[in-house]
Formats: sequence, structure tokens, C-alpha cells
Amino acid sequence: MNFVDDENILEINRVVMAFGGLMALSNLSIRVKRGMIKAIIGPNGAGKTTLFNIITGAFPPTQGSVRFKGLPIEHLKAHKIAQRGISRTFQTVELFGNMTVLENVMLGCHTRIRSSFLASGFQLPQCRRKEAQIKENAMKILKFIGLVDKFSDPADSLPLGEQKMLEIGRALASEPELICLDEPAAGLNETETYVASSLIRAINAKGITVLLVEHDMKVIMNISDEITVLNYGQKIAEGSPEEIQNNRRVIEAYLGSE
Amino acid sequence: MSRIGKIPIAFFALFIVAFPWVAHEIPSIENYTDIMIFAGIYCLITMGLSLLMGYAGQISIGHAAFYGIGAYSSAILTVQYGLNPWPCIIIGMILSAVVAVLIGAPSLKLRGHYLAMATLAFGIIVYIIFNEEAAWTGGPDGMTGIPGLSLFGFEFDSVEKYYYLVWIFVFAVFIFTVNLIQSDTGRALRAIHVSEPAAGAMGVDISRFKILVFVYSAVLASLAGSLYAHYLNFINPSTFDLFFSIKLLIMIALGGMHSIWGAIIGAGIITFLSYEWLHYFEEYEVIVYGAILLLVTIFLPKGLVGVPGIVKGWFRE
Repeated sequence: MNFVDDENILEINRVVMAFGGLMALSNLSIRVKRGMIKAIIGPNGAGKTTLFNIITGAFPPTQGSVRFKGLPIEHLKAHKIAQRGISRTFQTVELFGNMTVLENVMLGCHTRIRSSFLASGFQLPQCRRKEAQIKENAMKILKFIGLVDKFSDPADSLPLGEQKMLEIGRALASEPELICLDEPAAGLNETETYVASSLIRAINAKGITVLLVEHDMKVIMNISDEITVLNYGQKIAEGSPEEIQNNRRVIEAYLGSE
Repeated sequence: MSRIGKIPIAFFALFIVAFPWVAHEIPSIENYTDIMIFAGIYCLITMGLSLLMGYAGQISIGHAAFYGIGAYSSAILTVQYGLNPWPCIIIGMILSAVVAVLIGAPSLKLRGHYLAMATLAFGIIVYIIFNEEAAWTGGPDGMTGIPGLSLFGFEFDSVEKYYYLVWIFVFAVFIFTVNLIQSDTGRALRAIHVSEPAAGAMGVDISRFKILVFVYSAVLASLAGSLYAHYLNFINPSTFDLFFSIKLLIMIALGGMHSIWGAIIGAGIITFLSYEWLHYFEEYEVIVYGAILLLVTIFLPKGLVGVPGIVKGWFRE
């Protein structure tokens, strides 16, 4: 096995994303090592969410390539990328509000276990078996994220903190190797933020690589192994939390130069 | 919302089984069994459409065309080629499925209401073909002499017999559709309806599901059309015009498009309105339909199945 391919689970090479005349990302290259927690930070409009949308197949980049486990994925549609092993959450919570907590996680299992149209309609025995398996998997995940008591509640009845947890749970249900979390701590109070941080660590401890966009610096500095800083769609710094905290260009980008 | 209780299904089944017996005893509604056949035929279409509109969030303004393809497949193949009706029904369904893929695949891959436009145009084209290809379809005069249905020598030759035949089909489709809604497929469809980005990121192949449901609804409409043709033994193009497509939408809107019960209730009410209760209005009938659609959209966005919820809300206040 080629060691280099194995080491970088995700390679973003010279990606350009232009929306009309607006350059959201210009010539961006990022490597994510397998098993790490990598954070992407940067001021608003730096292109962080755009980057997530490209990685997860919401739209293809204007130029450049995205390789996951050594294979190009930039031309694939979202559901194909999910099957390859990348899952995500959204900055503005995108839960299926009309479904229960359990059903949301069960839908996340769709990537791995599903029944065909006809098998579902005729309720073939294999279909019932699969449904039971899906439910079991989903309940395990609810236990892991601590929402098992609320499994029958409608998803939109949960407080924001729990909705964010549920979104992470739904993403985990697809059994990803890489999970992209878009501002998991946004809008959370201190306790909820603490719970979110612990959860992210626990996910990482399972061997899942975490790519994280976040504004809460305490969370970032606490849990990330490596940080990439974006500004105006370009990488301005990369390194360990300590290196980033002392980087002059980063401080300028956030606070403005003197 | 997703669970469909066994008790309402049992009551519904009992109602359907008992209906002809009761209607037979009361002279003023004796002909209602006949109307219920049409209600059943429309239920077949609306169940598929409600899956398409209520669950997958797509609008079709061309289902009269699939209804017509079913009816004309049955009519042409039995009358002109002397085939047994059952294979003709299946050929119609296959033909509808193929046509649905051809129309659905390009328009459902795009976001937005491209399917509505494509089906609108498709419905009009098919209607013109029914009128103009007189050598095949008999033109505006239609076709007569379409045989009735029989199975293993048993003739469905009375209103009651055909009634039970149609409603057995309705029940089979009802159970299939309920199973579908309560399965992985149903969850995927509801997910697409709420958030396409999230559904896609969770591995749901959005365009594939939309096409599947569109094809399913087209096949059901075709089956309904065949049952219509073999019951009346006569068809002409005016049954399959644009107005019928719109009437189907009114049925679903009135009943409630997020529920399979809504599809059935809406089909039942509109059928009785158009075959029985609205004769008084004569050509002003259309205005009544318009008014229904308007009132439902404004006051009952969830349709009649939403009424219990609204009433409960009043009591809580």
C-alpha cells in the first residue's frame, strides 16, 4: 500500500471557485491527514462553507481537484460522495423537521442499508430485516450522542444544542471516514459547547477524521490537531494551534493591521 | 404523520365492502355504486400523485395523458388487434412507464418546477394525438366496443362485480403505497421534500427517487385509464384533456397532499361532485372547482385531513 495516499485522507489541490466575478476560493490546496481533527478558520466570507460544499459535492469547483482516499471526487454528486465515506453537517441546521429524532438518524443509514422500491412496497422479509437493522444502528447512535430518550420527538421540537448534536448523529449514521462539521458550536451556550467538543473528540477517538469549520476559538484551540486559516479564499497560514495563535498574518486578518 | 393506523384501514375496508349493499337498499342513492367505481379509478391516480406532490414535492399537470395512454392502449389493442384485455392493461402500464422516464429524467434532474411545465406540454400533445390520429384512436368520436373484463371465466359484467374489482385494485395499491411511505423509500422522499441539500449529503440519490415516484404515479394512472375503458366500453379524447389533469390536482389539494387518506377523500368528494352533486350548476361547474381550489389553498393548506388538527387547535386555545 502506498503510504502517502494512505496518510492523506483528503487532498484539495489548487481549487478555484468563482461565482460569476466573485472568487470565493482561489488556488486553495489543503491536505487532511487520516485520523486528525483539522480546523478551518477565517473571517466571515473567507470561503469556508464554500470549501465544504465542494468537498461534499453540493457543487463542483470551477477548477482544481479534490481527492478522497486517493481518488478524485470533485465531479461526483453529493450522494455518491456520501457513499464514498464523507458526511457533513450544515451551518444552518438542516434537519428533517417533520420527522422524529430517530427517523432523522435512520435516514442517515440510507447510505449503507436500503431497500429497493419494489421490495419496500411489497414489504418483503428482507426489507423488514433491513428496517430492523437500520433502527438498531440508529438507536446505537442516539445513545452515543445522548439523545436516546428523545427518539420519538419531532426533530424541530429540540433546542438548538440538541439539534446540532442530532445533525452530527445523522451524519455518523452513514458510517463516514471523514466528517465535515460546519460550525458545530455556533449559537450554543457554554455547557452545550462543552458537550459538543467532547462529542467531537469521541468521534475522532473512533478513528473518524474530522474537518471542522468553527468561529469559537476556545473550541478550536482545545480540540484541533492542525488549523488552516483562510482569508478571501486563500490560505494564509497553517499549523498547530500554538503556531496559529502567534502567527502575525492571522492576527492581522482577524484584527486588521496596525 | 408517517404511521398509518390499522384501525382506520379496517374501517375503510368495511365501508367499501358494505357500500353496495347499503346503496342497493336505498333507492335515492342506488346509482352511487356506479359512481364509486369512478371514485376508485380516480383514487388509483391520486394515490400516486400524492406521493409525487406531497412527498417528493413535484407537480404534474399531465396525468390525464397517462390516464389516456392506459385507456387507449386497452382500447386499441383489444378492439383493433383482438388481444385479451389483461395483457393490454400491462402493455399500457409499461408504455406509460417508458414515457414517464423519457419526460421525467431530463426535467427532474433540474431543480424547480420543470416537471410541471414538461407535463403540461406533454398532456396537451397527447390530447392532440388522441384527436388527430383517427385511424388509431377514432379521433374526436372516440372508440366503442371495448370488451369488459373477465378472469378465469368469471365475467365482471355487473356494476357490483366491477365495483369490487376496482376496489381490490385500489386496496392493493393502497397497501403497496403505505408500505412504501413507511419504509426507507418513504423516509428518503420526505427528506427530499424538506431539504434537498441535506438529503443529498445523507446519500439519497435525489433525481433517481423523483423519477421513480413519477414513473410509479404514471403507471397507476395508466392502470386507472385501462379500468375506465373496460368499464365504460367506450372512450373519447375529451375525458383526457387538460381540465382532467387539473381536476386531479384539485382532488389532492382538497383531500390534503401530505397524506394518502387525503388522496382518497379528495378523489371521493370530487367524483361525487362531478358525477352527481354539481349537475345543478351546469356549465358553471368549473367555477365551483375554482372556488374549492381557492378556498382550500387559503384556509386549509393541509386539506380536509388537516381539519381535525385545526379543530384540536381551537379547543386548546
